[in-house]
Amino acid sequence: MSAGTGAGARVVNRVQQGFYLDSVALMRIAMELETMAEVETAALMIGTPANLEILAAARLLTEAGHKATPRDLIIAIELANPAGPEDSRDGVLGKDTALEKDTALGKDTALEKDTVLERAENMLRQPAASAGQAPRWRPKMLRSAITALPGANLALISVPGAYAAAEARKAMEAGLHVFIFSGNVPLEEEAALKIEARRRGLLVMGPDCGTALINGVAVAFANKVSRGDIGIVSASGTGLQEVSSLLTRMGGGISHGIGTGGRDLHQAVGGITTLMAIDALDGDPGTRHVVLISKPPAPSVARAVLERVAASPKPFTICLLGSAALQLPPNARQAFTLQQAAELALGKALPPLSGEARPPVLSGEARPPVLSGEAKPPVLSGEARPPVLSGEARPPREGWLRGLFTGGTLCAEAQTILLGAGLPLRSNAPVPGAATHRPGDPDGHLMLDLGAEEYTLGRLHPMIDPKPRLELLREVLERGDVAAVLLDVVLGQGAHPNPAGGLADTVNQAGPDSPPVVASVTGTGGDPQGWAQQVDTLRQAGVLVAPSNAAAATLALSLLRGG
Amino acid sequence: MGERIGAANDEALERILAAEPFLVDVLPAAEAIPELEDRMIAHAGPPIEWERMCGPMRGAMAGICVFEGWAPELSAGEALCASGEISFLPNHNLGAVGPMTGITTRGQAVMVVENRAFGNRAYCTLNEGLGKVMRFGGNDPQVLERLGWMSGALAPALSAALRHCGGIDLKRIVARGLSMGDEMHQRNLACSALLLRELAPSLAASGGSSGADLERIFAFIGGNDQFFLNVAMAMGKAVMDPVAGIGACSLVTAMSRNGADFGIRVSATGERWFNRPVNLPQGLYFPGFSEADANPDLGDSTIVESIGLGGFAMAAAPAVAGFVGAGGAADAMSYTRSMGEIVHGENHHWAIPALDFAGVPTGIDIRKVVESGICPVINTGIAHREAGIGQVGAGIVRAPLGCFEDALAAFADSVGVS
Repeated sequence: MSAGTGAGARVVNRVQQGFYLDSVALMRIAMELETMAEVETAALMIGTPANLEILAAARLLTEAGHKATPRDLIIAIELANPAGPEDSRDGVLGKDTALEKDTALGKDTALEKDTVLERAENMLRQPAASAGQAPRWRPKMLRSAITALPGANLALISVPGAYAAAEARKAMEAGLHVFIFSGNVPLEEEAALKIEARRRGLLVMGPDCGTALINGVAVAFANKVSRGDIGIVSASGTGLQEVSSLLTRMGGGISHGIGTGGRDLHQAVGGITTLMAIDALDGDPGTRHVVLISKPPAPSVARAVLERVAASPKPFTICLLGSAALQLPPNARQAFTLQQAAELALGKALPPLSGEARPPVLSGEARPPVLSGEAKPPVLSGEARPPVLSGEARPPREGWLRGLFTGGTLCAEAQTILLGAGLPLRSNAPVPGAATHRPGDPDGHLMLDLGAEEYTLGRLHPMIDPKPRLELLREVLERGDVAAVLLDVVLGQGAHPNPAGGLADTVNQAGPDSPPVVASVTGTGGDPQGWAQQVDTLRQAGVLVAPSNAAAATLALSLLRGG
Repeated sequence: MGERIGAANDEALERILAAEPFLVDVLPAAEAIPELEDRMIAHAGPPIEWERMCGPMRGAMAGICVFEGWAPELSAGEALCASGEISFLPNHNLGAVGPMTGITTRGQAVMVVENRAFGNRAYCTLNEGLGKVMRFGGNDPQVLERLGWMSGALAPALSAALRHCGGIDLKRIVARGLSMGDEMHQRNLACSALLLRELAPSLAASGGSSGADLERIFAFIGGNDQFFLNVAMAMGKAVMDPVAGIGACSLVTAMSRNGADFGIRVSATGERWFNRPVNLPQGLYFPGFSEADANPDLGDSTIVESIGLGGFAMAAAPAVAGFVGAGGAADAMSYTRSMGEIVHGENHHWAIPALDFAGVPTGIDIRKVVESGICPVINTGIAHREAGIGQVGAGIVRAPLGCFEDALAAFADSVGVS
């Protein structure tokens, strides 16, 4: 083979004498150089006879490169042809040696050559710079995770529902408590899992469990809450988020927040996790007061749970959203809203937001919202007047109330308050007393849970991806027959990084005649989104922000004509 | 049932760990493998017929016909192969393995590795070096001349040397190589040097070669960073053969590719292959070549992954991880740790310093592969899709999941689970 056979006019070789680097590292550098606009082809090779052959065959070897020995590195660059796509390798063969003196290259090309060679030499000094971002290994299998973290005692399971029970069993066999985020687990499977868990003395949180706060560790969707002496057992993820956030903002704190999954108080499951959670909090010296949150349970299960509550030496607050007044043991009081649950547990009223004119007053006893035939919301003060924000009062407006919720339990809480005030309404997730909403139904007051299956099939939950709700909000704001819009904004670990931002933009873009928007922000100052910042963002867009979801529902109600 | 499978897999892992593979001889294939008859060509991978063979495989077949004297030149060799007069069979059927095309015929020399704990032997041809070589489909006169020298001069000299020293303990060489940056698939530099170091005195002492021959032998082995690959492959075969045929054992005994199919064998299901179309490797290419030139994955060399080396031992050879992705040392460790999720155990004889001397992940469990969806990672060379051009790059490829799914269904049948 003759020296430099076939090397094109735009090929340059530089030889670094006495240089060695691993061939894979050299190939990676060549690959990176080829991403430069100035470079057509790049090759970095140690000058062994076999490598010289490869370079020559690729027409990348000039006379200079051909002189390299196995002790040397050859940097071979074919510069890109700025004139066009024509293959420079087929061009007139220049004298290779001339290339090394830049005489055959134009001035610009010489500059390019220097740039490229300098870059190559820099990369040779720091060949692994691009590898610094490598992610750390994370186990994919439960048993490897257990090996990697031998002290762990809780497994979070988030796999398609069909596989969740099998994974949960593996975790329990390894002695782990289980948090099942997955939904779509058959009811019988849930019951079987929980029976096995009880036998093993392990807690199954879920399936379809969204939130837990164990020993100060937030599991799945949860807020940065204070540690304290109030324990929570909740069948609802957003219910647990709202109560734990309100308690934190009111100066209280959480010992543990145990999720049970939405169907734990179903007859088939019998409240196994709820009862075990009460046992655990009963035995926990750090827990002074226990809050129980659920939808209305099956009567037989309710009896068992209340009997267990009666046997506890600790005071309880029972919040069964949508339930009528209950016969409770002496150590328990009933809360009809999540806000009331927080207030009763802490013995303190929720203060108004700064800028709000009137603080609600803690009433002596919480009352069920159904007792009164008047259009009164179950706010603690019984007051129906809206808090006035920054002196900006709005006249009541004709039309319907529209709720667009991301949290199912927040939607349910709003419904109980509105129904309690005598407002007939429909919902895709109705509480007792509300009608079931179906597309095409005539207009009326409507509370939508956008986290329900029909809205999340094949897409992310609206707490993570706010877009679907923003589209609905945009439509609703254009309607003349809507009197007010009611929203929840859920912050915390797992939620969208700035849910208020998109809402504020959408409200800002709406016309001057758009209906007023009322919202509450579930979260704390410690959340990554920042509770105060999110409230500010909403307020600057003219959204009326209430201190709780219950207060927001009350406020929205007051905006209705005759409310 | 789970316990029965667990016990069977324990037994299999024990057999792997108990293996004592020694390189004992280099012999003409006709002598070492009497079943390998005239006009018979053994090849890499599961069985394949001429019509489905890829370019490099066909090129190597035509070349070996000339080498064996069955055809005067390449086109005649190709015609002969197409005529049906040559029978093709997998190396694995003969206790042998071969890299890339893996061509093995009577006239070639094969290394003999004996597993002294079980008394079985396995065979692999000698590595030809870089550039144009038959394992990548090379078949020109230079390739055939080299093969002639290897069987005529190199093999007898190595045979004499190995007999003189009583065989070389391969387990020990691999253990040291792992601490020197080899993973025994793409990296064999340390082990090749260690092997030559052990062979050199015996090569000199056994007197089988003249000074000039000895010089070429030293230069040939010393100039070939991958010389040990073929030794490691024969070792892998010798280690894994005693693991085959254990009832209720769900561990893989061999993985192999013929350029069209990727096949695996599982202990409990014996010699049955579970095949799926082979994947194209991802990697880096030599100057002047790109993915468009690449042949689908090829060779019996995946036997080294089957015993916990190659892609499974990537943490020992971080540079190899550079072929794909970010390519840092952390990636290399991730590959090895991820393979730890699909194996039955570790081989403490073969420890990786960078993982605090954890043993290489060993004994691929088809149940764990299917359960996790993690497919074995394989370090491999990339052949040009046309015959005779040779290696154009190197990279990483995954075994197809389908092989393991099919194998698991058959395994379930074999243990009476439907």
